[in-house]
Amino acid sequence: MNAPAYNFAYLDEQTKRMIRRAILKAIAIPGYQVPFASREMPMPYGWGTGGVQVTAAILGPSDVLKVIDQGSDDTTNAISIRKFFAKTAGVATTTSTADATVIQTRHRIPEASLQSGQVLVYQVPIPEPLRFLEPRETETRRMHALGEYGLMHVKLYEDIARFGHIATAYAYPVKVNARYVMDPSPTPKFDNPKMDNSPALQLFGAGREKRIYAIPPYTQVVSLDFEDHPFTRYRFDAPCALCGAEDAYLDEIVTDDQGSRMFVCSDTDYCENRQAAGHRGSESAAPHKERAHD
Amino acid sequence: MYVAVKGGERAIDNAHRLLAHERRGDRDVPEISLAQISEQLALGVDRVMTEGSLYDRELAALAIKQARGDLIEAIFLVRAFRATLPRFGATEPLDTGAMQVRRRVSSTFKDVPGGQVLGPTFDYTHRLLDPQLAEGFVPEQPATAEAASAPMPRVTDILGRDGLIEPSPQGPIDAPVGDLTREPLSFPADRDLRLQNLARADEGFLLALGYSTQRGYGRNHPFAGEIRFGEVEVEFFAEEVGFAVPLGPIALTECQMVNQFKGSATEAPCFTRGYGLAFGQSERKTMSMALVDRSLRARELGEEVVAPAQDEEFVMSHSDNVQATGFVEHLKLPHYVDFQSELGLLRKLRQEFADTSNETQLKEAAE
Repeated sequence: MNAPAYNFAYLDEQTKRMIRRAILKAIAIPGYQVPFASREMPMPYGWGTGGVQVTAAILGPSDVLKVIDQGSDDTTNAISIRKFFAKTAGVATTTSTADATVIQTRHRIPEASLQSGQVLVYQVPIPEPLRFLEPRETETRRMHALGEYGLMHVKLYEDIARFGHIATAYAYPVKVNARYVMDPSPTPKFDNPKMDNSPALQLFGAGREKRIYAIPPYTQVVSLDFEDHPFTRYRFDAPCALCGAEDAYLDEIVTDDQGSRMFVCSDTDYCENRQAAGHRGSESAAPHKERAHD
Repeated sequence: MYVAVKGGERAIDNAHRLLAHERRGDRDVPEISLAQISEQLALGVDRVMTEGSLYDRELAALAIKQARGDLIEAIFLVRAFRATLPRFGATEPLDTGAMQVRRRVSSTFKDVPGGQVLGPTFDYTHRLLDPQLAEGFVPEQPATAEAASAPMPRVTDILGRDGLIEPSPQGPIDAPVGDLTREPLSFPADRDLRLQNLARADEGFLLALGYSTQRGYGRNHPFAGEIRFGEVEVEFFAEEVGFAVPLGPIALTECQMVNQFKGSATEAPCFTRGYGLAFGQSERKTMSMALVDRSLRARELGEEVVAPAQDEEFVMSHSDNVQATGFVEHLKLPHYVDFQSELGLLRKLRQEFADTSNETQLKEAAE
């Protein structure tokens, strides 16, 4: 039998070079979706294959990898991807945002500010911000080429006409470097301002749709809005029940069948660091007994 | 007191352990072997090789066993392995005219040079469940005869001699072959890429699309010019020795559909071609593929694009079952961060709606 043998970080070097070329092009043209020959990965499409390929292409033996899903290091898919790289690349892994050199994420940007030298890799399901306005790739590529974003502004305007405000809560479109309208991946719009002028390199990988795009460090990222209807963040207006944070995005947790709810930080590393520093919310138990098993 | 949910890693390990247990099933029942799968579930193996784009019966059988018989999961396993394989190059074009034919039928002529060869087929069997097969059934040895030495030209080549069917467009012989697994697809796509996409495409998806063309959604009136199944020699041009080296035979099914074409201002009316090719014996797949290939030539032949099967962006973007199943099933992943912001938005919209209706009621009451 042709018994399989795999390279460092799974992908063969030829494939990594191809992906790195796409990444370099993406960095050179911020917000532009670069087509790349996405490979079948050993996890399903839609489960982070784009992010995994980007991570595999940039990972070196001395990197320290953090993987989060919904802000948490402990969600099953984050664990699965972290274990994948621990196994195929043997790199050190961490749950600490500050200690990581590469952070792969799905649906969140960490609360702690990222630093120069860090890379944030986003998993992207639908890279095309215009897709739900125009299903055809041939059309949307032309619209990007011509900077023809009227359709998007009409959609936002129609929201305002109908609801009085823009009714997009996540995957809220941004304009990068005053040129390309870009999908930030399905992060809550609360996270949008963190993309602007970030010292970290932000890479976006969409495996099934075969696209890579990037925001280089210190690049202007503006959430689309109107002068009389400026962009606003949304977070549930409460402190975290575990660490008391007033500035973090919160998960709503249903605690019984009587409609009781509590709100806790979605970024578990941020929440744990605050608790370790002595911050307490209304419901906080002793610091966690069970940490992520790495 | 609340402690946030933890311990996903142990849950995953235990789930996989349970899966391995369920895969094995009742341990008193003998374990199935790869040879049994390859020999006795051969058509499933053929499908996994075809849509997995890897000709390796043993690995396909292993994938089917590992996937507990879920063929799309097995295709996924094969694809993920294939993606890591180095590429040495492309083989010489296959000559299916020189196929060692095991089955060959044409519906366009009563008889053709080389004859109709029924071969192993479900066609004309009565679909009655056969209790004999449940256990211990030893079938008769197949009837044999001297192999005919006469060549078996392809039916479309016979039609081609009279110019009744369009010639197969000949590309430059040393032009590189498109490969959508190495270059990202862009539209419009040429026929080589379309055929590659269709060869890898989900059989069920192509079946439904092909069927839709027969029912009037982009009708192009097909005849099964020829379906042939058998072994074809694969040759690879080795730079070191300077000539094509035979690598061995592979089993293939080829379908050539013959379709009407009304002609255009510059072209005389003639028959046109739809083409299907797959590993192993995969007749439903190749016939569906040939129907859809012909439909997707609408643009090239100046036909109006009105039906889904004629729309290459629609067909090619949704034909891959590994992509499709991944994205559909990713809905199982947690989405609570997005759901939370939707929840916030919905509460706000409902509050605004309630406020507006209250205002209206108050206003109406005041009037």
